[in-house]
Amino acid sequence: MSKVLLEARAVAKHFGGVKALRDVSLSIREGEVYGLIGPNGAGKTTFFNCMTGLYVPDGGGFVFDGQPLVADAPDQAAARGIARTFQNIRLFANMTALENVMVGRHVRTKAGVLGAMLQTKATRDEEAAIRQRAMDLLHYVRIEDRAEDLAKNLSYGDQRRLEIARALATEPRLLCLDEPAAGMNGTETAELRDLIDGIRRDGTTILLIEHDVKLVMGLCDRVAVLDYGALVIEDVPAVVQKDQRVIEAYLGA
Amino acid sequence: MKKWLNPRSAFGIALISVALVALPFVAAMGGQAWVRILDFAILYVFLALGLNIVVGFAGLLDLGYIAFYAVGAYAWALLASPHFGIHWPIWAILPIGAGLACIAGVLLGSPTLKLRGDYLAIVTLGFGEIVRIFMNNLNAPINVTNGPQGITLIDPVMIGGFKFSGNTTLFGLTLSGPQKYYFLLVALAILVIIINLRLQNSRIGRAWQAIREDEIAAKAVGINTRNIKLLAFAMGASFGGIAGGVFAAMQGFVSPESFSLMESIMILAMVVLGGMGHIPGVILGAVLLSVLPEALRYGVGPAQTALFGKQLVDPESLRMLVFGLALVLVMRFKPAGLWPSPERKRELAEKKA
Amino acid sequence: MDIFLQQIINGLVQGSIYALVALGYTMVYGIMGLINFAHGEVVMIGTLVTITVAGTLIKAGMPVVFAGLAGVSTSVLVCVALGWGLERIAYRPLRNAPRLTPLITAIGMSIVLQNLAMMIWGRNYLTFPSLLPKINFEVAGAHFTAIQVIIVVLSAATMGGLLALIYRTRLGMAMRATAQNPAVASLMGVNINRVIAAAFVIGSALGALAGVMVGTYYEIAHYQMGFMLGLKAFTAAVLGGIGNLAGAMLGGVLLGIIEALGAGYIGDLTGGFLGSHYQDIFAFIVLIVVLMFKPSGLFGEKTGDRA
Repeated sequence: MSKVLLEARAVAKHFGGVKALRDVSLSIREGEVYGLIGPNGAGKTTFFNCMTGLYVPDGGGFVFDGQPLVADAPDQAAARGIARTFQNIRLFANMTALENVMVGRHVRTKAGVLGAMLQTKATRDEEAAIRQRAMDLLHYVRIEDRAEDLAKNLSYGDQRRLEIARALATEPRLLCLDEPAAGMNGTETAELRDLIDGIRRDGTTILLIEHDVKLVMGLCDRVAVLDYGALVIEDVPAVVQKDQRVIEAYLGA
Repeated sequence: MKKWLNPRSAFGIALISVALVALPFVAAMGGQAWVRILDFAILYVFLALGLNIVVGFAGLLDLGYIAFYAVGAYAWALLASPHFGIHWPIWAILPIGAGLACIAGVLLGSPTLKLRGDYLAIVTLGFGEIVRIFMNNLNAPINVTNGPQGITLIDPVMIGGFKFSGNTTLFGLTLSGPQKYYFLLVALAILVIIINLRLQNSRIGRAWQAIREDEIAAKAVGINTRNIKLLAFAMGASFGGIAGGVFAAMQGFVSPESFSLMESIMILAMVVLGGMGHIPGVILGAVLLSVLPEALRYGVGPAQTALFGKQLVDPESLRMLVFGLALVLVMRFKPAGLWPSPERKRELAEKKA
Repeated sequence: MDIFLQQIINGLVQGSIYALVALGYTMVYGIMGLINFAHGEVVMIGTLVTITVAGTLIKAGMPVVFAGLAGVSTSVLVCVALGWGLERIAYRPLRNAPRLTPLITAIGMSIVLQNLAMMIWGRNYLTFPSLLPKINFEVAGAHFTAIQVIIVVLSAATMGGLLALIYRTRLGMAMRATAQNPAVASLMGVNINRVIAAAFVIGSALGALAGVMVGTYYEIAHYQMGFMLGLKAFTAAVLGGIGNLAGAMLGGVLLGIIEALGAGYIGDLTGGFLGSHYQDIFAFIVLIVVLMFKPSGLFGEKTGDRA
């Protein structure tokens, strides 16, 4: 069994009186595709936001690669190697697709103001490398022909791909996808599935929030189910699928 | 860079260069006053491009920009005038002025940059007023700023043995003080244009734009938004400080009156009216808004006499009235500015459709 | 101790005026997110119109009470027309423009109004006619005048009326709904144009009243008076949490009191180093400090803009 990459320890979060997360503990192993499912409002996105530093948990915390994650510091989470996409796509709408991915390289590059003003060789080389890498990533998600288009003018499916490319540009060890298949048709979902499969084969661990149970069960090595903010079960898909509590949660029985 | 070298741009640059060199001599035909107006236009180009980094690139609404200009101006005034009997050279004072302005920017920015846009606007506005009030009142008990009277007899810019005030004859050509300052200011303006261009297409420039577009997404890809914003703030402030120093030296006199809120607003208006974030637009805005009130000064009085045979209303208020109306009308018919960047123009067109 | 009480009273009076003006800023901001920079000038015009109307009528021999009432009502009418016109002509065409565009328009209108006022009323200070008898009271060593009492009572009554309007009437409900979410409000049948116009009209009427109060209180007026007043009032609105009516009222009163206390004690506090001419910096220092610790103002709601 491979080592644990991310561990959530009794993470709790409430909004006013609503307990969005109740002491959720789970662990994601290096190299796996880990699915997080649950009915609407079960707390999946809240969990994501706590993990990536957008929310401060009210209790518990995360350990990433053996070191605790600092709460309320999304930029540090990204620097440590956690990248994410958003349920309702958040691209830099008026920047080109290429520029969007180039921004993703920010955290792995270091040119400062002085370098930019003086256009030093180091800065120029780095800039060329950023551009090259961004083009490669666009190619990887197969939208390289849209490189010079503004992000907002891309089709819905391409926007999803672009967001993944931007996340990959930060060289994540853990890629978190928040409902990437939402609103996609059958063909698009199949393509997305291939893409995620490819990313996993290239060695990136993936955390997948998804509504499409079929996609999750077919793609994930292990699955966790949240209901009313609490963890119901964490196991391989075959076991989860047959679990009575999961069936109840989904049927609302 | 390579794009610049194609024949058409080369021709354009040559044309602009010739125009820039000829301009102060053409203006001098109308009197040195026009050369001074030209000087100020270019000083405002410099200031507006400095503010453009803050407002246009990073999207931070700064209504107290003039405070940094004031810091630079007073730094020069105090370190190069008989007021304290100190007469330091330019290569010492200009960096000090820029540095002090930069520190002021960081001090103001670090606690306030997390504020929402319009709150930041009012906080910076308040800061600008605080600086001005201190300059007005720091003449007692220790006379630091000489209060509302301001500081006079400030040293002009001196580089080596070359003095920028008074007439100089070079190669048989007599240059007036304002004409010499003109060339200094043009050099500075070109420098700040290059810096703006380079920053815009850099890792930092992209980070600024990303923050402007979607701050949360920017954080999620690992941009330390607070530091990157602070960087824009500090850079803008430093440019303000440099401009202030040159202003003090050129005028030979500073007083708090030059650093009112109205000045901050004017510079912001230059940036927005020209086309926020778009460098040629900002330059256009700065030149127009600094020359227009002066042109009106010379135009409004005679126009009234010609039309009505007498001065019906105070020409000073009429000129400001026309100026205010011009702001309103431009914004009405060109909401993205006179010369917006192509993307912004498209953005607006789509919104309407 | 009597200085303290005295300054509290002075601050309360000044603060009531700030509060009335702040309401104009906060209503417009709450509904359309615009800093109406020209609002201070509307207040100034309110003062100057009263001077002209009341002054002329008093000179013509009309009893002071009627002249005063005529002055106040004319000024309210003029300001309401002005506020309505501003919105209609200058701001409405810019609803979909980039965020800073209407701000520049507001600044332009502010310049226009100031210079228009200078053309009409000249550059000099004008004396405000005394509309109220000068009666002095003394309580616990603190002096105050009938004018001060009337200003505070009248502002409080006006603000009470405004709250009733906003929370008890259909128009008020429409205004609150629009402030929450203009798109949804308009789907629910709220006429957004009317709501925005109402915010400008009500704000301008309050501004006119504030203008009359400033004139009566200081007995002097000037075409540039609106600028600093507007700035302070806007500061008060932000202090209280912009967009929040009660916040603007409390922010205004608080700002007035802080300023008065600051001016009264700054000499002692700094060992004579800083004098009372630093009064104006208090407003801004307090603002900066408050926003550092409470980024949405004292009574503003936290704006959740996170993922």
